[in-house]
Order: sequence, then structure tokens, then C-alpha cells
Amino acid sequence: MTALLESSVGPAAPAGPTPGTAAGRRGRGWTVFLLLLPAALLVVAMFSYPLLVAAWRSFAYPELGTQNYAWFFDGATNIGVLLRTVWVAFLTTVICLAFAYPYAYLMVISGRRLKTLLLVLVMVPFWTSLMIRTFAWIILLQDNGLVNEGLGLFGIGPLPLMRNTTGVLIGMVQVLLPFMVLPLYNAMAGVDMRLMQAATSLGARPSTAFLKVFVPLAMPGVLSGSLLVFIQALGFYITPALLGSPTEMLVSQYIYAQVNGQLQWGRGSVLGVVLLVTVLVLLAAAAALGRAGRRRQGATAKREAA
Amino acid sequence: MKHTMVTRSLLWAFAAVVAALLVLPTAVVIPLSFTDKASLAFPPAGWSTRWYENFFTDPTWMRALGNSLTVGLLVAVVATVFGTAAAVGLRRWANRRAAGVTQAVLLAPIVVPAIVLAIGVYATFLQLQLLGTVPGFVLAHSVLALPFVVISVSATLVGYDDRLTLAALSLGASRWAAFRQVQLPLIMPGVVSGALFAFVTSFDEVVLSIFIKSPYLETLPVKMYASVTRDTDPTIAAAATMIMLLTTAIITIGLLSLRRRKRA
Repeated sequence: MTALLESSVGPAAPAGPTPGTAAGRRGRGWTVFLLLLPAALLVVAMFSYPLLVAAWRSFAYPELGTQNYAWFFDGATNIGVLLRTVWVAFLTTVICLAFAYPYAYLMVISGRRLKTLLLVLVMVPFWTSLMIRTFAWIILLQDNGLVNEGLGLFGIGPLPLMRNTTGVLIGMVQVLLPFMVLPLYNAMAGVDMRLMQAATSLGARPSTAFLKVFVPLAMPGVLSGSLLVFIQALGFYITPALLGSPTEMLVSQYIYAQVNGQLQWGRGSVLGVVLLVTVLVLLAAAAALGRAGRRRQGATAKREAA
Repeated sequence: MKHTMVTRSLLWAFAAVVAALLVLPTAVVIPLSFTDKASLAFPPAGWSTRWYENFFTDPTWMRALGNSLTVGLLVAVVATVFGTAAAVGLRRWANRRAAGVTQAVLLAPIVVPAIVLAIGVYATFLQLQLLGTVPGFVLAHSVLALPFVVISVSATLVGYDDRLTLAALSLGASRWAAFRQVQLPLIMPGVVSGALFAFVTSFDEVVLSIFIKSPYLETLPVKMYASVTRDTDPTIAAAATMIMLLTTAIITIGLLSLRRRKRA
């Protein structure tokens, strides 16, 4: 690091760029290049290259051709796994939103201290290892676990709460909830609450003011939180592997089974490519949506200014 | 906007349930770690510390812990140095468009599902014979930790006044001295939280790790994963309790040191 930085400032260099110019503020090309080089090399070697290898293997194993793609689109099982994954990710997102919305709203309307408390409570799971949280759910959800014992007191159960999609949903919702709360809170905190006051003072009922004024203004938070949760849920592995079942596999479990279990690199890689493309398409759609939203806002602002 | 008592109470009741859902389930591992039987039944019927004893006397658990700490510390160093340099470089780049694209590339590891990256890294490591090696773990974990460092350092750089660097340079400081003595101390909160994030990212990483481990070298989460899938050994609860204490301690120390720095 020292060497990198100093090598870009040879003794022949002038005693410092002219203050105030753009070049002076931003520095010269070489410094920037050398500063970015290590990180870029790491990303290329440990991220871009491996992804290319996986993509290549989807065409090249066991032999060159598109047979793996044909296998994927032929089998009802494969499409079924993909659809189940999308469905589970969708349910996770909806449940997270239902839990997070009132929580984030309460954060916005409460005082400083309570807000901090609610924020810390969201951050705690962030710092707790995924492995530990999933293990805790196994203890709670097993047939003779605490949840089933509790239900037993009311004469219910024991219900099969894990080794199925229910278990996967419970675990994923808890793990991904913070990723919904934080963007929601950010968006809601930026909403000018006086707008709702204005609406009620003009005769709107509080519920109308909330639905017609607050909800639309907080919508960007809903979108970014949902995107964050949905994308992560699509690729989740540990929670489905430990709380789910091999008969109700998600794509990630399927990839693991193909590559690690059956050494079917080609098929595993096709599944990986499908998963990756799904995620990228979603991100592109969200980016386009965001741009369109901004443009619409800009147009409205311009109209109002005119 | 005023809210009626009813609205507020309902919101509070609901938020309490959500908060409980976020925090309480994980807490069951603490009492479970003191069970006296070799089962994961909860609540435990009797109490003992034998699983802690088992953790510290079983060489496989101790080795896994040692590997996790080694890898985590190395990842914190690599990701923090690379990520801080990259964030400073991105800020200085005159071509803002190129800087934006480069930043997106550096952050990309966050959005790609770990399982997809894992099969690619597994294939690459098979070729390079890096499976089950400390350098392999450090490289693979560093690329996952890098985005967090770039994000947190970039966030503090937003509040940094570039004229301070110019002032130092015009007073005769070398570029390195200007960075080391002026810029770095001011962006230190971002660097420290980036380093903490990097360590925790590595220390908790499971998906890539279960692909690149070997029978000779595994990390703590890999050992825990294997233990959960294979048997009902409460040693994992003891390990989990200690990990939670460790991460809580690291974060508390980190936050406190940042706060003291701010006050000073």
C-alpha cells in the first residue's frame, strides 16, 4: 500500500497540483489507477473469473453443446423447482413487508430514544451469524420443540414446522426482515409529515391522508426493500438446506445436490446461470423503474414550476 | 401528524411482536448450551458445562475456531486495505462516469447469489489446488467483504473536504504523508467499521466455505453446519453462545472507540 501510493508520486512530480482546478482536486490518472488496481484484481480473479467458469461449464460439461439447457427446459421437475423458488421468495417478501411496514412507521413517529431502541433491535440479528440463527430455529421448530410444546398447551399439534416449506419461510422471514425494515425506514424518514397535516387540515380523514399522501411518498422504500429481500431469498441456501426438505427443494439446494452430490457440473451450472439471469433481469427492471419514477417526478416538478 | 392513543398502542403491540421475532428465537441457544444431555431438547432437563469443556478439549472444534480467527483477521486486513484504497481512488477519479461503473463492479459480489459464485470458485480452486487452504479462504472471503469496506469508507469520504489534502500538499507534505496524517485520521470511522464488517463477513460465511473446505481445513461455521446435519451434539450451542459473545464484544468495542474518537 505504501509502495503503491508513493510510487505514484515520484520526486520529479511538481510540488503538488494547482489548488482549485478540477485536475488538482481529483488527482492524476496514475494515482487513481494504482489505488483501484488491487481491489479490481481481486474482483476479477475471485468473482468475474469464477462466474465465467460456471457459465462456461454450463455449455462444456460433460461435452460441448447445449444439452444441459435442453435438460433444464425439458424436465417438469426443474421448472417446478424454479417456480417454487420464485413463489417462496415472493411469500417471504410479502410477509417481511407486512411485518416491517408498521415497525418502520413506528420508528418514524417515535421520539429519539425509542427510535434508537427499535433500530438497535433490528441491527442485532444483522450481527448474529446466519448459521446460529438457523440452528436456533431448528431447536424451536422440531417436532418436540418449544413452538410445538406451546401449541400443545392449546391442544394443537404437533405440527410439522420444519423439513418443509413452512420452516423455510419462517427462517427466511426472520433472517431477511432487517433488509426490509432499513430501506423502508430510510424512505419514510424522508417523507415530510407536514404534508399529512396539510391533508387533514383540508378535511381529509387521517386514514385518507395516510393512504393518499404518506403511502405513495414512502413507495420507493417499499420497492427497494422488496427488491433486496426478494433477490436474497431467491439465492438463499443455508436456511432452506437446514429447515427445508429434499423433496421440496429450492434452486440453491438443487445446485448443491447436482454439483456436490452427483458431480453434474453442467446441470448445476445451468441452474446457476438461470438463477443469476433471473436476479440480473430483476435488478435491471428495478433500475428502469427507478429511472422512470425519477423522470416522472422531474416532469411533475417542472410542470408545477411553470 | 398526531396519532390517537389507539393507533399508537396498536403499533407498539405489533412492533413488540416483530422485535421479539427478531431477537428472541436466537436466544434459545444460550440455555441449551448448558444442557446436561446429548440432545437438542428444549428446555433442558438438567444443567452442566460439559459442552463447553467438550468444545475446548475437542481438537476439531479448536482447530476450526483457530482457522476462523486466522482467516477472519487476514480478510479484515486485505479487504480493508484494498477497499479503502479503492474508495479513495474512486473519489479522486476525474471521470465520474467511469468511477460509477467501477464502483458498481466492486459492489457486484453483494447481489450475486452466494451459491452461484460458490460453484465457480469451487471449480477454479479445484484447478489451482486452493481447496482447503488458508490463502484460498482469505481470497474467497475477501471478495465478499470488499463491498462493505468500499461502502463504509465511501460514506465517510462524502463528508471529507478535499481542500484539507490540498492544504497539506501545498505546505510540502508528500502525497502519502497527506493521506496518512490528514485524510486517514478523518475517515477512520469508516475504515474501522469497514474492517469490523469484513471480519464478521468472513467469520460468519458458510455457503462458499462448505464448497472450498477440505477434511484438513474447515472454519467454525462449516464445522457447525456439518454438526447440525450429522448429529445432535449440543457442543454447537456452546460454540454459538461464545461466538455471539465475541461478536457482541467486538461491535461494542468498535462503537465505543468510534464514539470516543468523535468526542475527542
